[in-house]
Amino acid sequence: MFDLIGWLPGLPLLGYLLLALAGRRMSRTVQSAIGVGSIGTAAVLALSIAVAFWRSPPSGDAHTVVLWNWLQVGELTPRIAFTLDPLSLVMVLVVTVVGFFIHLYSSEYMAGDDGFARFFAYMNLFVASMTTLVLADDLLLLYLGWEGVGLCSFLLIGFWYQERVNADAARKAFVVTRLGDVAMLIGLLLLLTELGTLRISEVLATAPLAWTEGSGVATAAAALLLGGALGKSAQLPLQTWLPDAMAGPTPVSALIHAATMVTAGVYLIARTHVLFELAPAVMAIVAAIGAATLLLGGFAAMAQRDVKRILAYSTISQLGYMFLALGVGAYSAAVFHLATHAAFKALLFLAAGAVSLALHHTRDIFAMGGLRKRLPGLFAAFLVGGSALAGLPLVTAGFYSKDAILWQAFAAPAGNAGLWVAALAGAFLTSSYVFRMIFVMFFGQARTQVSHALGARILVPVGSLAVLSVLLGFIETPETLGHVTLLSTFLAAVLPASAAVHDLATETLLQLLAVLAFAAGLAAAYLAFVVRRSETMASERLPGTTPALERFLFEGFRFDGLYDTVVVRPITTLARANAADVVDRLYRSVETGVRAAYAALAPSQNGRLRRYAAVITGGTILLVALAVFR
Amino acid sequence: MSGVPFDHLLLMATGLFLLGLVGLLVRRNVLFMLISIEVMLNAAGLAFVAAGARWQAADGQVMFLFILTMAAAEVAVGLALVLQLVRRYRTLDADEYRLLGRS
Repeated sequence: MFDLIGWLPGLPLLGYLLLALAGRRMSRTVQSAIGVGSIGTAAVLALSIAVAFWRSPPSGDAHTVVLWNWLQVGELTPRIAFTLDPLSLVMVLVVTVVGFFIHLYSSEYMAGDDGFARFFAYMNLFVASMTTLVLADDLLLLYLGWEGVGLCSFLLIGFWYQERVNADAARKAFVVTRLGDVAMLIGLLLLLTELGTLRISEVLATAPLAWTEGSGVATAAAALLLGGALGKSAQLPLQTWLPDAMAGPTPVSALIHAATMVTAGVYLIARTHVLFELAPAVMAIVAAIGAATLLLGGFAAMAQRDVKRILAYSTISQLGYMFLALGVGAYSAAVFHLATHAAFKALLFLAAGAVSLALHHTRDIFAMGGLRKRLPGLFAAFLVGGSALAGLPLVTAGFYSKDAILWQAFAAPAGNAGLWVAALAGAFLTSSYVFRMIFVMFFGQARTQVSHALGARILVPVGSLAVLSVLLGFIETPETLGHVTLLSTFLAAVLPASAAVHDLATETLLQLLAVLAFAAGLAAAYLAFVVRRSETMASERLPGTTPALERFLFEGFRFDGLYDTVVVRPITTLARANAADVVDRLYRSVETGVRAAYAALAPSQNGRLRRYAAVITGGTILLVALAVFR
Repeated sequence: MSGVPFDHLLLMATGLFLLGLVGLLVRRNVLFMLISIEVMLNAAGLAFVAAGARWQAADGQVMFLFILTMAAAEVAVGLALVLQLVRRYRTLDADEYRLLGRS
């Protein structure tokens, strides 16, 4: 059974090849059968492998399948090999199951698009890359998957490349994540030169022996890997590409920019946590970046008007939570939030896509309004997804995963009250922007007509993900509420449990405060966008802000402007100044000199015989004169 | 041996040489240019003979024989070239023989 894991990336890859090579000659039905079927089969395979793994784990909780040697260069012998262990199993389940629902949804959502086969080819390639990434036995193979998802992200953001905005967004995503990728590549090369291997198990085993805690090389390696993770997971300061990535089709946003690809950074840190533990300074930076990013994402999401951009900033914010958990050493909490977030964020994106499909592709929430009665099914989906995102106590998955992170931020050895306060403030922000979105979209007066009936292939995935958004929470509950530890026990072989202090009274108190933050956010949103809006109809403004401040939040803290001033402008100015190529001038001066000398001497070669004779005479006289009168 | 003084001979040779040179520079007819060159060669020959007489050495006359032979060879080649030039350009004007720098 476990030997079949090679098919997890293999099936989507096969689907990609079929669609890319012969997709044009197939009918729509065959195209979607291949596109959805390959992921569906992979999902079923992943589920059955998970069941087998659960019943009887392989020895050492890991099973490696070596397909072939990739290449052999001296000491370096990377293999195409996949390792199945609890962490990669969880990731594979998230990728294939959520991926399957999104593919199913896409087969209806994209039905009218000319690039149907191309779309599914890219999506399949993406799933193949992502499963390669999470199953890779070797960091080089992981890097292959890493770049593969980056490529697919680029292709899919720019899927409607005829419009310049989309192509620009795709290029921006590619360039910004590439900054992180370069750092990661340097990190991998550092690991290779220092440890002589890139095989993950060997790296993790030899690093603690070779390096002392806090040594310079360990810090450098962890910091460089962190650079890669920051780029892929859209954390400060490389977060600017994610909101623009919403230019792609909605299923892409759901699959890549919410559920899977952006979690690659979280996976990387969890996978190489041994290296990060050798560098406590970097761990502290991870936590600080997570806290800062979750606040930034939350504030920026408050001011957005486009429903997809709200969700994009909320993704940045939730990834910040995961980084915060990683930074304090609560790896299983991060993975837990990753899994639940994948479910409810995919749900929210798919529901948002369905809403805008039903409303002539409207994405501005202030142009919607009053959809509660017209689209009751999608309202329910938004309510479930939104509640899970905001952390509605006791029933939603988001509550349990976020609560675990909040508690770890406070109680883990590396945690402190400051991180906890940031996370709590983030929870308040999350709850307010989520319910601002829901109240504005679904309450109040209707402003648009519902024009499009939605089919089963859209409603089934939305419904299934809604169920997952609730049920996933119960695989891991805090000590105060049942103390179920299915996930963290399952992951214990790979990710060490966090050494948080045990203090039930404090934990209960903090949980109550988190519930209060949720309720306060809900109440604030209700007051501002239901009560006040019905009194003063016109207001779309965010209460308590000046227009300038709201604009500042709307533009995501103006990071784009900052980068434009600090990076883009100087480079373009320099390029323009150097358009004539300063270095070339040196070489061109040789050419100019030769040309000038030619111009001066050319008239002497005029073919006039008598002139030549005269010059010869003159020259002879001169030479003789020199010889005589010297 | 007496007779014409050496200085006069040298002046005569110089005069002939200059005459030939000026002829070479101002005449445009190739044939006359060749003749001018002959005049210059003879001027040089005269100088050699005069010097040979002045120092009672045979070298001067030997050199004159050389120059005579060379002048004959030169005229043979030169006239052949002139023939070809006239065939090609249908003129004897040296200034017309230009492929370089038609300015």
